[in-house]
Amino acid sequence: MAKTEFPKSIISRPVYGELEPRNGTSHLLIADGEGGQAILDVVAKADDGFLDRAHIIFIPKDTKEKYVSKLESLGAKQCYTGPSYEAAVSRIRRVLSDASNGLQIYLAGSEGVMGQAQREAMNVGYPFQSIQTEHRGSKARRMQCVHCKGITEDVITDPFVCSHCGLNLFVRDHYSRRLAAFQGVCIDAEDPGNVPDPVEIL
Amino acid sequence: MGIEFKKETFRGDYTFSNSPEAMKRFPFPFDKDSYMYAVNMEPHTPVREGSVYYNSFDVDEHYVSEMADRAMVLDEDPLRCQSLPHMELHGWDLLELIMVEKAKDYPDLFQLTRDGDKWHWVNKPLGIDDKFTFMDASTLPYGPMEYITRQTQGDFCVLDQREDNLWMDAGMVTTQADWSLDFDIGMNFFEWHAPVPLAHEKGIFVRALKFLLNIQQGAPARRLNWTMTVNPLLDTSPENYHKWGIQKTTLTPENVGKKQHLRVELQTFFRLPRSNGLVFPIRCYLACLEDITKFPKWGRRLHRVIRDLPEELATYKGFIDNRPMILEYLSQFDDGAETSPGVWPED
Amino acid sequence: MSAAKMNVRVTDVVEVNDLVKRFRFERTDGELMPTFSGGAHTVVEMDDNGTRRLNPYSLMSSPTDRSAYTISVRRDDEGRGGSLFLHNHVKAGMEMVISNPVNLFSLDLRGRKHVMIAGGIGITPFLSQIKQLSAANQGNFELHYAVRTPALGSYVDELTSQFPNNVHVYYDDQNQAIDVEGLLSGQPLGTHIYVCGPKGMIDWVLAQATAAGWPENCIHYEEFLAPEPGKPFDVELAVSGKTIHVSEKQSLLEAIEEAGVDAPYLCRGGACGMCETNVIKSDGEFVHNDHWLEEEEHKSGKKIMPCVSRFVGKTLVLDR
Repeated sequence: MAKTEFPKSIISRPVYGELEPRNGTSHLLIADGEGGQAILDVVAKADDGFLDRAHIIFIPKDTKEKYVSKLESLGAKQCYTGPSYEAAVSRIRRVLSDASNGLQIYLAGSEGVMGQAQREAMNVGYPFQSIQTEHRGSKARRMQCVHCKGITEDVITDPFVCSHCGLNLFVRDHYSRRLAAFQGVCIDAEDPGNVPDPVEIL
Repeated sequence: MGIEFKKETFRGDYTFSNSPEAMKRFPFPFDKDSYMYAVNMEPHTPVREGSVYYNSFDVDEHYVSEMADRAMVLDEDPLRCQSLPHMELHGWDLLELIMVEKAKDYPDLFQLTRDGDKWHWVNKPLGIDDKFTFMDASTLPYGPMEYITRQTQGDFCVLDQREDNLWMDAGMVTTQADWSLDFDIGMNFFEWHAPVPLAHEKGIFVRALKFLLNIQQGAPARRLNWTMTVNPLLDTSPENYHKWGIQKTTLTPENVGKKQHLRVELQTFFRLPRSNGLVFPIRCYLACLEDITKFPKWGRRLHRVIRDLPEELATYKGFIDNRPMILEYLSQFDDGAETSPGVWPED
Repeated sequence: MSAAKMNVRVTDVVEVNDLVKRFRFERTDGELMPTFSGGAHTVVEMDDNGTRRLNPYSLMSSPTDRSAYTISVRRDDEGRGGSLFLHNHVKAGMEMVISNPVNLFSLDLRGRKHVMIAGGIGITPFLSQIKQLSAANQGNFELHYAVRTPALGSYVDELTSQFPNNVHVYYDDQNQAIDVEGLLSGQPLGTHIYVCGPKGMIDWVLAQATAAGWPENCIHYEEFLAPEPGKPFDVELAVSGKTIHVSEKQSLLEAIEEAGVDAPYLCRGGACGMCETNVIKSDGEFVHNDHWLEEEEHKSGKKIMPCVSRFVGKTLVLDR
């Protein structure tokens, strides 16, 4: 049970891999939900010494206690469990501001959390191409409404209602790393009120 | 050859129109009776005096009104002009390029006097007369890219070149064919073109990128692109799609000739010397079907191109629902006669 | 689509030290030089006793100085002759042809810090990059510069007096070496490293940075390969219908040009990809020396970079 399968899509849609331990002077591992298992898996593959330089940041979401004690007992130099990404983000920024080249970044779990953590790393000059990602768990998307610019988190249907302006939006696969979000566009602009029934996002 | 600048609108009452002189120089984009994506790049060197291909940055009768429309868009939504922090040098490159070229090509309209880094810029049509210090943004009312592109027709994508790719890291985008700078800023060449159907599979973008990465200083290139727009609406942005999308349903057999516009983009590419970046101006020209079909060759050809266009492209370009009505109108101008090769109407 | 050319006059030739001369070019038409970006090069055309040579040299003058371009050339007594021609025959007052600037080694302007590592004449692109950074007050750079001896340290005095806190010089004859490992550790995220020098130095820095876990896109290098001499061979040019002979000291690109066939180029050093040429037919072994093609392309026998690569065998037919 490794990678999540996604349908073939356009080139701007992120592609996720499988985390592999890499050489580095320090290791930052950030995960939410089922991504906890991906961290356990990559640590299991790592050499001795990896954990001495590792910092794990975990947001359990609906996995609740499933991974918390397993991650805490790994013996990483630092291990933090937080209630939400918003709660964890200032810690992530602090870690990145202190880090030096040689840091390896591992992200796992939902697209929303991986995308936002990736954006924090990019903002301090870390090339996104060197960040490893592995999708686990929910296929919910973080969506930007192209009209009002508001972000709607955890979107699981297409179409959906923008949580800010209330327009009916369809879910595009076009993705912005800078916004860490997919694009939502008004679905009934040419035929107001004609909104298809929402279907679950694949 | 003084230009008489028109006072007209691209929204609301839509008073925009082309004079007969403007139609003669309209960049009709089809050189044969069918269309498919191609890299179709050529050197941006002067062709036929008076044509839109003659000067580096074409200025026409719509200049002053287009700039007023841009200012309105920016007042409503400042995110249409953005520049990531490392792009200021590119902005100065662009400002220099446009000022030098416009002053050379239109000395009666634009003047540039340079004494070291003390520059004096006069833009007569817009009534601008500014003295500033080159490379010192605090001496301009806006950043260098915004300053000069508020005075130049067309959208501007300012690209950083690195990692064997081009990155859209700055831009001024208010006359776009339905794409969002705010969303696409920071993307590379393949990513911002991701939604375009068919062309990736044909390897178009791989070849186009190779070409663009090697564009040399002083040797710009150009190509044409096109789509269809109902009403002479410059700002067909995704941001405002929920407002303008409905206009597509106002087309009737009676008004299609006046309301349906062919929208042509003259895309040019210039190397920016100080930053080693690239600027990609996208200049939009609009003409209604009625004006286009006054040229018999263009009328015949446009009918055939629209008729035979693959469904994916008609969908992507947003006129699939209106295609039957457009074809019904255009068919009256197609007598089946042969058309001559090339884009020029009279050849 | 090779770079445009301009006519210039040599207005100054300065002996920097026993091995290096500096040449200054101004336009003969009195116009200003085109602006350029730090790290750019120009291709200098030479008529060496009937042999046409085109060699790339990094521009070392300030990108903001449009009165002239300057280059520094190290004499290579074993080379094919371009540097010897410049050293022995080019004098002030001579007219020459050079190309518009082309940059294949530009700074990543997003960089929060730039660490430059130079070996010997590899200093030249950094001279213009440093001028670009300091003119824009983006002074966050370090230069680590290895030279053989104090006497052969081109521009060491100028650099250390202007940027005493940024420039570090290492002398081989005093057994000083750049501590690459130490240098790479502790650099903040967003630091970019740039290397220009002998192949061994570039390989060493790349290996160390990769081992230390540096992100690939933070590592930049420039290595102009001089075309290596080799056994002579014959080539059929299918498009132009000519058969040409590539002599021992000539590159395939030079032989194509000598036959009057137009072939595009920018760097002539295996890096830019401009001269990439399709192979129509071959029976023999390719000697690929470029940095451009992927390994698979090298193995495929379908493509060659004629600026630096050669062929040994019976038949070679190219799409030119």
